[in-house]
Amino acid sequence: MIINSRFFNRSELIGFLALALLLFVILPLSLDIFRLNLVAKYLTYAFVGIGLVLCWGYGGILSLGQGVFFGLGGYCMAMYLKLEASSVENTKIQSTPGIPDFMDWNQLTQLPFFWKPFHSFPITLIAIILVPGIFAFIIGAAMFKRRVGGVYFAIITQAIAAIMTILIVGQQGYTGGINGITDLRTLHGWDIRTDHAKFILYFVEVVLLFACIVAAQFIRLTKLGRILVAMREQEDRVRFSGYSVANFKIFAFCAAAIFAAIGGAMFTLEVGFMSPSFVGIVPSIEMVIYTAVGGRMSIFGAVWGSLLVNFAKTSLSESFPQLWLFGLGALFIAVVLAFPNGLSGIWQDHVQPRIDRLLAARKSKPGNGFSVADGAPAE
Amino acid sequence: MFGDYSLSDLGAIFAMQGFAGLILFSVYVLMALGLAIIFGQMGVINMAHGEFMILGAYVTWMTSSAFQQYLPSLFPGYFFIAMSLAFIASGALGMLVEWALIRHLYKRPLDTLLATWGLSLILQQAYRSVFGAREVGVELPEWMMGSKQVTDTIEVPINGIFVMGLTVLITLAVAYILVFSRWGKQVRAVVQNRVMAGAVGINTEKVDRYTFGLGCGIAGVAGSAFTMIGSTGPTAGQLYIVDTFLVVVFGGAASLVGTIASAFTISQAQSTMEFFLSGSMAKVLTLLAIVAILMMRPQGLFALKVRK
Amino acid sequence: MSDEKKPGLRSPFRRKLLMGMAALPAISMLPRTAFAEAPATSAVNTTGLAVTDSEVTVGILHSVTGTMAISETGSVEAEKLAIEQINAAGGVLGRKIKFIQEDGASDWPTFAEKAKKLLVNDKCAAVMGCWTSASRKAVLPVFEQYNGMLYYPTFYEGLEQSKNVIYTGQEATQQIIAGLDWVNKTKGAKTFYLLGSDYIWPRTSNKIARKHIEGHLQGAKVVGEEYFPLGHTQFNSVINKIKLTKPDVIYAIIVGGSNVAFYKQLKAAGIDLSKQTLLTISVTEDEIDGIGGENIAGAYACMKYFQSLDNPNNKAFVTAFKKMWGEKTVIGDVTQAAYLGPWLWKLTVEKAGSFDIDKVAAASPGVEFKGAPEGYVRVHENHHLWSKTRVGRAKTDGQYELIYETADLVEPDPFPKGYQ
Repeated sequence: MIINSRFFNRSELIGFLALALLLFVILPLSLDIFRLNLVAKYLTYAFVGIGLVLCWGYGGILSLGQGVFFGLGGYCMAMYLKLEASSVENTKIQSTPGIPDFMDWNQLTQLPFFWKPFHSFPITLIAIILVPGIFAFIIGAAMFKRRVGGVYFAIITQAIAAIMTILIVGQQGYTGGINGITDLRTLHGWDIRTDHAKFILYFVEVVLLFACIVAAQFIRLTKLGRILVAMREQEDRVRFSGYSVANFKIFAFCAAAIFAAIGGAMFTLEVGFMSPSFVGIVPSIEMVIYTAVGGRMSIFGAVWGSLLVNFAKTSLSESFPQLWLFGLGALFIAVVLAFPNGLSGIWQDHVQPRIDRLLAARKSKPGNGFSVADGAPAE
Repeated sequence: MFGDYSLSDLGAIFAMQGFAGLILFSVYVLMALGLAIIFGQMGVINMAHGEFMILGAYVTWMTSSAFQQYLPSLFPGYFFIAMSLAFIASGALGMLVEWALIRHLYKRPLDTLLATWGLSLILQQAYRSVFGAREVGVELPEWMMGSKQVTDTIEVPINGIFVMGLTVLITLAVAYILVFSRWGKQVRAVVQNRVMAGAVGINTEKVDRYTFGLGCGIAGVAGSAFTMIGSTGPTAGQLYIVDTFLVVVFGGAASLVGTIASAFTISQAQSTMEFFLSGSMAKVLTLLAIVAILMMRPQGLFALKVRK
Repeated sequence: MSDEKKPGLRSPFRRKLLMGMAALPAISMLPRTAFAEAPATSAVNTTGLAVTDSEVTVGILHSVTGTMAISETGSVEAEKLAIEQINAAGGVLGRKIKFIQEDGASDWPTFAEKAKKLLVNDKCAAVMGCWTSASRKAVLPVFEQYNGMLYYPTFYEGLEQSKNVIYTGQEATQQIIAGLDWVNKTKGAKTFYLLGSDYIWPRTSNKIARKHIEGHLQGAKVVGEEYFPLGHTQFNSVINKIKLTKPDVIYAIIVGGSNVAFYKQLKAAGIDLSKQTLLTISVTEDEIDGIGGENIAGAYACMKYFQSLDNPNNKAFVTAFKKMWGEKTVIGDVTQAAYLGPWLWKLTVEKAGSFDIDKVAAASPGVEFKGAPEGYVRVHENHHLWSKTRVGRAKTDGQYELIYETADLVEPDPFPKGYQ
C-alpha cells in the first residue's frame, strides 16, 4: 500500500483496482464468450488510447496516423498466422503450394523476402515491437528535429495513413490487398478460433493491457513525463533549459506507436484477420476520439473511453444504425466543447470531490484506513 | 510506347495531357482555396470541408431537378444560379457552424479538428437520410457537355474549360477581397495580431464569422463545379479532404499564392506521373514526395513571416 | 435447360404478383392450407435454429451506413421484397419468415461481428448478406465455424467455394468470357485496354480477361492495363493514354464513385461511346443513376440481368419492386441476385424438408428456381448458379437494351483451369 501509493496516488489506485476487478472478474463472469470477445476487440483500441494519452495528452503531439502502427503490429502478427495457415498441406490445391492463397491468385510463385522472417514466432514478436517503433522513430526524427509540430504534424501523419492504405491495397500480391489477410487459424499449432482460445486470449490481452498501463504510468511519473508536460505548455522554455525537445517527443511518439502495435497484434488474434481498413484515416481519427471521450489526460480514461464508445457503437448500431452516426458526431462535439478532459475530467471535477467529502465525513469515525492527505487529484 | 506514333499525334497528346494537368490544377485550387482561407487565415482545421463541398453539390442537384421540372426553358443557364445558391447555402451553414461551434475553440486548433470531424459525421448521415444513400447524377445543360475541337487532333473538354475559368474568377475575387477590400484588410489584421486588431476597433468576432462563411461558401461553389466531373454522394466529401489539406500545407498555410503554387506543382507532378505509371502508384508517389518535402521544409513553399 | 423457356408460369404468376400476393408455381410451393399441416418443429430443426411452429428467423446483413451503403441499399430492398412475397405465399415449410437486419457499416470487422451475432445469438436459419469481397472474406470463417448459411448476391472474383455459402451472383468467368467472345466476334475487336479500381475483384477479373484475350481470341492483345485507388476522381491522364493507343475495346471495371467521374470525363474528352466500344462489368442500372444516362449511353455491359429483360417473371418482379420501393428505383444485376437469395433458400429448405444447415447445404445442388427474374437458374455442385451471360447497351434513359445472350446457361467455375 505504501509503495503503491507512490506509484499510484489513492484515486488512481482505486481506478486501477476497479478496472482490474471489472476486466478480470466481472466481465468474464457475466458475459458470454461472444460478448467477451467483443470486449476484447474494444480493448485492443485501449492500447492505442494509452499511447495517445502519453503523446497527445501529455506531450501535446496529436498523431492522426495511429492506425498505421496499429496496422503494422496487426499485419506482423497476421503474416505469421497466415504462413502457419498456409502449410504445404493446407494449400495443395494451389499452383504453388505453401504460400498464402492470395499470393497464389496473384501469380506469385515464391514467398517475398520480407515475409520469410515471419515463419518464426520469436522474430514475429520482436517485429511487432520493432517495425512500428523504427517507423515511428524515422517519422518522428524527421519531423521533430525540424520542429514540425501541432497541426502540421497531425496533417502529415494523416497523409501517411492515406499513403499506407493505398500502398497496401495496391500491392495485393504481397499484402492481400483490400481484403487483408484473412482466414487465420492457429497460433503455434493452437486453434485460436475456438471459444476456449478466445477466453484465454482475452486474459492474455487484459494482462498485457495492465502491463502497458503500468508502463505508461511509469513513464508519466518519471522526469520524462514531467518534461513532456512542460514541453506541451511552453516548448521554448524547455528548450532554453537545455533539454532536447525533439528527443523527448520522438520517445513519446515511439512509445505510443509500440502500444498501438501491441493493440494491433492482439486485434489480429482476437478477430482473426487484418485488413487495410484499420490503417486509414477514419480508424485513426476514431481511435483519437475514444481517447478524447475517455479523457486525454488519463490513462484509465483511455481504457474506459475505448470500452464505452465501442460498447455504445455496437448496441446503438444494432438497434438504430442511422442514429448511431448522429450520436457519435454529437459525442465528439460535446466532448470537445463541454468536457475537454472527457469522462475522467467529469469524474475528477464532479464525482471525485463528492466521494472525497463523503470519505472525509466518514474519516472522523474510527476504523477507516485511508488518508486524504496523499489523495491529490491526478494531474 | 511512343514508337508507333507520328510527331503530330504525340504533340496533340502532350497538349491534351498538359490540359489534363491544368484541369487537375483547377480542381485542386477550388478545393484548397476555401480551406486556405479557413485554415491559413484562421488556424481552424475544418475536417468537414468536404461535407460543405458536397452540400454545394446537392444544392446544384436540387436546382437542376427544380429547373427541369418547373422552368425547362431556362435549364441551359441553371448552373449559374445553382452555383450562387450553393455559395449561399454552404456559406450560411458555415456561419452557423462558426457561431455554434468554432468560435469556442479558437485557442485550441487541434480540438477544432475533432469537433469538425464530428460535424462531418453528422452531415454525412444527414445527407444520407435526406437524399438517400445512392449517388445522384446532376444533369448538365447540353452546351456544357462534350468537347471542343481545337485542331484535328486536339480536343479539350468544355466542362474543363468551364472549371478553369471559374477557378480563375474565384481566385481573382478572393485575392481582390483579401488584398484590397476594407474587410479583407480587417481579416489580415486579425490574422496577424488579433489583440491589436481588436484594440484598433475591428470587430474580430464578426470578421471571424464572415471569413469562415466565405471559406465554406467557396467550398460550396467547388462542390457545385465538381458535379460536372465527379460524383455526388453522402461520403464523397471525404475523398477530397486529405488532398486538400496537403495542398494547403504544402503551399505554406497562410499564403494564398503558396496554395496556388502548390496546387500547380502537385497537379502537374501527379498528372505527368499518371501518364507514365499506373494510377495507384502515381498517387502514392505524389503523396510520398509531398510528405518528404514537407519533412524537409515544414513551413511549406511560401511561408508568411508572422510574429507568433 | 430446355425448360427455361416454358411459358407455363406466365399468366398466373404475373397476376398474383400484381395483386401483391406473389406466389410461385414452383413444385414445392405450399398451398395456404399448409399452415395446419406444417411439419413439426422438432422434425425440421434438429440443431437449435430460431425456428418455431409459426416463424423462422433469417438475417439480413448489409451496410446501410458508410461508403458501401450506396451499393448495398438495392440488395436490402430486394431481399425484403422476396421475404414479403414468400410470406404472402405461405412462408417456408408453413412458417413465416421473420428477418433481423444488421448493419455492417461498410466495415469488415463489423461484418464479422454482426455475422457472429446473427448466428450465435439470434440462431438465424440463413443470412442474406455481404456485398464486397472483403466483407465476405471477413464473415466466411464465422459462417464456417458456427455452421451458418450465407446467400451472397454480388458478382465476384471467384477463387472461393464453401459449403456454407450460396453465391447467387456470377463468378468472374461467367461474367467475362462470354462477353469477350461476343465483342471479339461481332465487333472484330483485337486490342483491349483494361481498366480497374485497385482491389481484388477488378484485378482478378482483368487477369482472367487478359488470359482469355491472349490465349483464346485469335490475334487479340491487351494494349494497356491500369488501376486506380478506390474513390479516384481524375481520369484525364488515362483517357489521354487511351486516345494514344486507340484500343478497339475499353474494358472498364471501375467501381463506386469513381465510375461517375470516369464516364463524365470520358464523355467530356470527346470519346463517343457510340463509336468507341466500351465494355464494362461493373456498371449496373444502379450506378447509371449516379453517372447519368446521357454520359454512358452507348456503352456495353456484360451482366446476367438487366431491368429491361423482357420476360414475364421479370415484369412481375419489376412491378412488385417499384410498388414496394417507389416508382423511381432502378434494379441492377446485384439487386436481382439478392432477390434470388431468399427464394433459393426457401426452395432448398423445402427440398430438404428441414431447416438444418447441413441438410440445406447438401440439398442445394440441383435446386431450380423457375421464377427468377433473370429466367431459369439452377444451383451447381459448387454452390454457384448456372446462369446466362448477357450483353446490354446503355441508353440515355439509364436502362440497358439487351443485345446478346448466351444460348445456354453458363457453368460456374470458381477455380478456372488455365486462367490462374
